[in-house]
Amino acid sequence: MNAKLILENGTVFEGKAFGYLKETVGEVVFNTGMTGYQEILTDPSYYGQIVTMTYPLIGNYGLNLDDNESSGVKVKGFIVREKSDAPNNWRCEFEIDEYLNRHKIIGLEGIDTRALTKMIRNSGTMKGIIAVRDLTDSQIKSKFDSFHNTTAVAEVTTDVVKEIEGDDIHIAAMDFGIKNNILRSFKHRNCKITVFPAFTKAEEILAINPDGIFLSNGPGDPKDIIPAVEEVKKLIGKKPMTGICLGHQLIALALGGDTEKLKFGHRGGANHPVKDLSTGRVMITSQNHGYVVKEEGLPAGVEVTHLNLNDYTVEGMKHKEHKIYSIQFHPEACPGPHDTDPIFDEFVELMKGE
Amino acid sequence: MTDKEVADKVYIEPLTIPFLEKVIIKEKPDSVIAGMGGQTGLNLAVELHDSGILEKHGVRVIGTPIDSIKEGGEDRETFKALMEEIGQPVIESKIVTNMEDGVQFASQIGYPVVVRPAYTLGGAGGGIAEDREELKQILASGLQLSRVGQVLLEKSIKGWKEVEYEVMRDAAGNSITVCNMENIDPVGVHTGDSIVVAPSQTLSDVEYQMLRKASLDIINEVGIIGGCNVQLALHPDSFEYAIIEINPRVSRSSALASKATGYPIAKVSAKLALGLTLDEIQNAVTKKTQACFEPTLDYCVIKIPKWPFDKFRRAKKTLGTKMMATGEVMSIGNTFEAALLKAVRSLEIGQYSLYHKKAAKRDIDELKKRVQVPDDERLFDVAELIRRGYRMEKKSVRLLEWISSLLIRLKILLMQKRHFEACLLMILIEII
Repeated sequence: MNAKLILENGTVFEGKAFGYLKETVGEVVFNTGMTGYQEILTDPSYYGQIVTMTYPLIGNYGLNLDDNESSGVKVKGFIVREKSDAPNNWRCEFEIDEYLNRHKIIGLEGIDTRALTKMIRNSGTMKGIIAVRDLTDSQIKSKFDSFHNTTAVAEVTTDVVKEIEGDDIHIAAMDFGIKNNILRSFKHRNCKITVFPAFTKAEEILAINPDGIFLSNGPGDPKDIIPAVEEVKKLIGKKPMTGICLGHQLIALALGGDTEKLKFGHRGGANHPVKDLSTGRVMITSQNHGYVVKEEGLPAGVEVTHLNLNDYTVEGMKHKEHKIYSIQFHPEACPGPHDTDPIFDEFVELMKGE
Repeated sequence: MTDKEVADKVYIEPLTIPFLEKVIIKEKPDSVIAGMGGQTGLNLAVELHDSGILEKHGVRVIGTPIDSIKEGGEDRETFKALMEEIGQPVIESKIVTNMEDGVQFASQIGYPVVVRPAYTLGGAGGGIAEDREELKQILASGLQLSRVGQVLLEKSIKGWKEVEYEVMRDAAGNSITVCNMENIDPVGVHTGDSIVVAPSQTLSDVEYQMLRKASLDIINEVGIIGGCNVQLALHPDSFEYAIIEINPRVSRSSALASKATGYPIAKVSAKLALGLTLDEIQNAVTKKTQACFEPTLDYCVIKIPKWPFDKFRRAKKTLGTKMMATGEVMSIGNTFEAALLKAVRSLEIGQYSLYHKKAAKRDIDELKKRVQVPDDERLFDVAELIRRGYRMEKKSVRLLEWISSLLIRLKILLMQKRHFEACLLMILIEII
């Protein structure tokens, strides 16, 4: 079936639809990873976004039931140059067409993804509609106007408190859209984890007396969830605190710092160089964020620990007095390199001390 | 590299120790980089070092040190021991220096057995022995050709996926992958004789990262400073993998990786040898960022080897562990098919599609036999088989298992010949 991508700036890309044939609207972003499309499709941080893959051949190794980073597909749409109808890999359990169909998400193929990527790089991310029928200008405008992603976290967070057994330290994890591999990484280190819904009150978290608190990754603008920031403020100084991605941004806001939107975000499976300022070593990291903590206006007690070498944005920070350490990039990878997995050891060390 | 545009002085002399020493005496260099002259360069550097000549004349080795070359390079025993130490799986193998030990070990691990002579170029003197007779033949040749009279015998993992990573590391320990490549021909055909696609196409992120991590852990342990090629074998039906070998130098595949990604491996290796770290070297393309990043591609690259069989008409053309190609072509396309066909056309063998006159005339039995023992025309034979409706996925035809990875990418072949030419035309139009 023919379909088109209609962008906010008026540009239209014509291609073919696959997956679930129902039109969608979202923020169009691009990801440069050459592998890892399944992890990307199921990463809650992409909620509200139509993800474009720059690599032109997607679906070559199929999809399986093990590589999901959450309970299902979280993107609002998926744009590729060419999807594979004949995947080849021993773990392949589904083809991408059928998989998206089952999860009721539409895909678009056959467009010039390079041109689209260049456009987003130049103009910044923008809203887009994947449509399978013709739309009038007023219909298009109304779709764009009514789309917002401010309730994204509420959509992806857990409804109930979940327990994961472990013998070592007890972590209270606040789920803003937590990725499975973060839980696996802590579990691998024998941690006991209690996963709380995003808007849980501070008292409830402190009531279980955890060794430390972890704030997860998640979709959207941290400034859309100020109530959560207020609860984080109440937790500061009470228990050691760690965070990744959105969690890191929430900690910055809670400490009195500021965040801002990046022009087109950092979304690469595997190639953002980040310097660890304490060792001078450079690590290749996996990134997925549209917002970043601003270095200017960083509160007095906070120091930057990691810096992105492409654009010198803040990639990690520590508090000098309180036990707080948070990271912007994704040490849990999935997709991407596991070079920074040792950061989980650092997190556990920090939360152990109390 | 050997021209006066790049070099200050070029010596065209026999690549032997006596001549090298003469050059050293005349030029009085401070240092020598071992990793820029292929396997020959490494061998000579090691010999110069071991013979004491470098020390005698006060010449340092910069870039990857001699010990690392020995550990990671061609000394199979040390390499195997090191891999076992860091927990990287290697194939069951043994170094032998004589025929009896060789034959005994082979009967122990079972045939087929791969024969790899130490310190030879392009796998020379080696091969795959299917039985005792073949083993005796190949082993005799290998023992003779090896610089150190050593031959590694290892269990054959023919049919496993062969994946390579071009990696780089600096003196501070920062390391990156420049490119990964999947050999369309599985283990059993030398990487130089294989059709290669970059980036890998059938590896999920889990497998990609697993092999990437293995490659980087290895070069870290070995202490590479500069570029290195790591070859791994991956079981087609599990996560089981094994390290085949590493080449701690700029090589044929780093040339391919450089062209495929635009990352100047040789240039960066030279700067790393001088002591700069990856984040201190400027990215020549962006001019704003550094060389410490991993290139991502948004296209597909294919390499097809070029063989000289038209000039050596009576040569045995079957492909195995001894490299026979004398050149290669590389193509870039935004689909696998476009890149493959472009590469075929670039070979300058009069082929403009995957339809081959000779293959079309062969009967199906012959085609089936031919594709099990690959030669330079296997791509066309496979195409012909598919065109005739042969079902490749038939597991009972385990004999053809090595082509199963080709199936996915040859979906274009499921059309008739005329359709081919139409496709070809479409591809050409798309490019223009």
